[in-house]
Amino acid sequence: MIKLTINDKEVSVPEGSTILDAAKQLKIKIPTLCHMSLYDIQFFNQSASCRVCVVEQEGRNNLLPACATPVSEGMKIRTDTKKAIRARRTIVELLLSDHPNDCLICAKNGDCELQKIAADLGIREIKYPGEIATFPTDNSSKSIVRNMTKCILCKRCETMCSSIQTVDVLTEIGRGFDTVMGAAFNLPMDETTCTFCGQCLAVCPTGALSEVNNVSKVWDAINSDKVVIVQTAPAVRVALGEEFGMEVGSLVTGKMVGALRRIGFDRVFDTDFAADLTIIEEASELIHRIQHGGKLPMLTSCCPAWVKFFEHQFSDMLDIPSSCKSPHEMFGALSKTYFAEKMGLKAEDIIVVSVMPCVAKKYEAARPELSEGSSSDVDIVITTRELALMIKEASIDFENLDDKEFDNPLGESTGASVIFGATGGVIEATLRTAYEFLTGKTLENVEFSSLRGMQGIKEATIDINGMSINIAVSHGLGNARHLLEKIRSGKANYHAIEIMACPGGCIGGAGQPFHHGDLSILDKRMNGLYKEDRGKTLRKSHENPMIKKLYDEFLGEPYGEKAHELLHTTYVARKKI
Amino acid sequence: MDFKFDIEKNMEKVRCLETFIEKNRQVPGVLIPVLQEAQGLFGYLAREVMEIIARGLDVPVSKVFGVATYYTQFTFMPKGENDISICLGTACYVKGAQEILEEVQNILGIKDGETTPDLKFSITSTRCVGDCSLAPVVLVNDDIYPNVNKKEVKDIIAKYKVEVECYDHL
Repeated sequence: MIKLTINDKEVSVPEGSTILDAAKQLKIKIPTLCHMSLYDIQFFNQSASCRVCVVEQEGRNNLLPACATPVSEGMKIRTDTKKAIRARRTIVELLLSDHPNDCLICAKNGDCELQKIAADLGIREIKYPGEIATFPTDNSSKSIVRNMTKCILCKRCETMCSSIQTVDVLTEIGRGFDTVMGAAFNLPMDETTCTFCGQCLAVCPTGALSEVNNVSKVWDAINSDKVVIVQTAPAVRVALGEEFGMEVGSLVTGKMVGALRRIGFDRVFDTDFAADLTIIEEASELIHRIQHGGKLPMLTSCCPAWVKFFEHQFSDMLDIPSSCKSPHEMFGALSKTYFAEKMGLKAEDIIVVSVMPCVAKKYEAARPELSEGSSSDVDIVITTRELALMIKEASIDFENLDDKEFDNPLGESTGASVIFGATGGVIEATLRTAYEFLTGKTLENVEFSSLRGMQGIKEATIDINGMSINIAVSHGLGNARHLLEKIRSGKANYHAIEIMACPGGCIGGAGQPFHHGDLSILDKRMNGLYKEDRGKTLRKSHENPMIKKLYDEFLGEPYGEKAHELLHTTYVARKKI
Repeated sequence: MDFKFDIEKNMEKVRCLETFIEKNRQVPGVLIPVLQEAQGLFGYLAREVMEIIARGLDVPVSKVFGVATYYTQFTFMPKGENDISICLGTACYVKGAQEILEEVQNILGIKDGETTPDLKFSITSTRCVGDCSLAPVVLVNDDIYPNVNKKEVKDIIAKYKVEVECYDHL
């Protein structure tokens, strides 16, 4: 242990800790900007590029960045000297001198860390007017907008993209004033191996990276004469409340349904319904593969960023992911066939809007494989944050809304579908159904605790009818790569693997309210989902009466011909570089 | 600006580069020497060449590009048939070299370090060429032009290309 003092208070911390770590232990606040540590997923951005965290050390002339300076024995640190505070101020003033400062109309307005620190320091004038490094905005993708004029070069996006996701698209290009974060050869995002997971924008402190905003498209749809159907992903209901100052992890399903109805959607349905359907199809596919000597392991395919990742990085293994479409895409396909038929409508008369915790879903919805003729299964995707914007724009008093129920027939769901939103949830839901399908017996304890939690890779062996089923679960694409490489080299013996691109699964999606470096938020959202699961009478997807009805009336056999046509898809080999 | 790199035509050099990579891939910090070797072979770093390097060293192509763009020694466009070097050393600078550089850029419609799309001209600003008494100095290939003034620039360029007027409007 290393002993030091900060502002005359003594503290002991393990060797290798930074001054910032030690200050945190003493509850002494040192402002930071570029720095971000997410211990749960081993994300550490300590580039010390902004220098906002500078502190003074007794006996030293120059100031030290607290986020990147390791402690040493007997150090005497002061965080509150005039010199340190003035330096911090100047640093922020200089950052603002190279920033557009159009906060009022910025996508990150109210959520920007640069804005916050400028407010905390009480900055009232741009002291150093001068040239601003400007770069063209990259609008090439369906998911992510890159406005590098707003970038402060903290490099969080690069750390996320390379160290955690191992996608390695974003890098620092050039030097000096012209330095910019971008892709190799300055390619627009849609020409790169970017998976559109959006975790770069989830950690971006400013408005340099943001989601493609589809709010006005949704308002236009609502005000058209088409029938507009909305569906909401499981993870949205445990995060939306945060945008309205409610406690983190609050379950706001009923209020969300009420708000969507007020906004003016013609039908408010639940992606959870399609999640139950996904389970029937996926469990049937898994059983089919196990019983007919098919390709194992089977990988889940709900996560569009993960799908694009393996299409680029493991294009030699396109036969192992499940061919199931993701739940919201299955939902879209059914809306425009089954539901349309029931309502006497044509597919073109219907607009399907998905509310997702995810920005990759925007890209996914535009994939040509996921459409029927000129009509996409899903027309518009908005994120949890965009839905919150719509609710605010419509002046709906969200917190005081009465709880409402989803519409039918596509609104009924079981507890199995709810847990889709947390890492491990899809495979847990699959097991609940596969167990009963394979054994014909009732599964009493439906909670598979070994598959839950924030560990990067989880493994479990489940005994079904004397057969050991080996399961793996991973979240974060770096962990996924690790698993896939084990499979490629023949060192793994799994039957089924669930992979989600984002930390914690969809609850940590890039379309969710920003966590600002506090991943304990994810645990609370996760608990919210498990709470909803426990509160449901039906907790196994195949018990959903509306799903049974759907197969009886329309689809026929699970994993059958019609199901294949509507609910399954194909993958494309893409370039690795 | 895109310049097509013809891998077929450059196959021999590509093989040289691949052999160099193969020999040195275990050496720590080998990326910069490999980039230097590649630039030595091809005269510049084409996208295709950087992709070959990324594959060969098994590093992300974004890293190759990031490192290459950090160092001013690397260039990403082929040099033109005629390379115009403008000395920006102290003496030349004081005598108005910046103005001359700007004039060359205006006439050719490209910036310092770039090449015209027809590959006829490229502009390379340089530091002192050691001819301070003749400042400001412009070099076109191996021809030295001493005491250049802004008005002469057009004529100098015209010597190397008759139809120089086509750049005029740029």
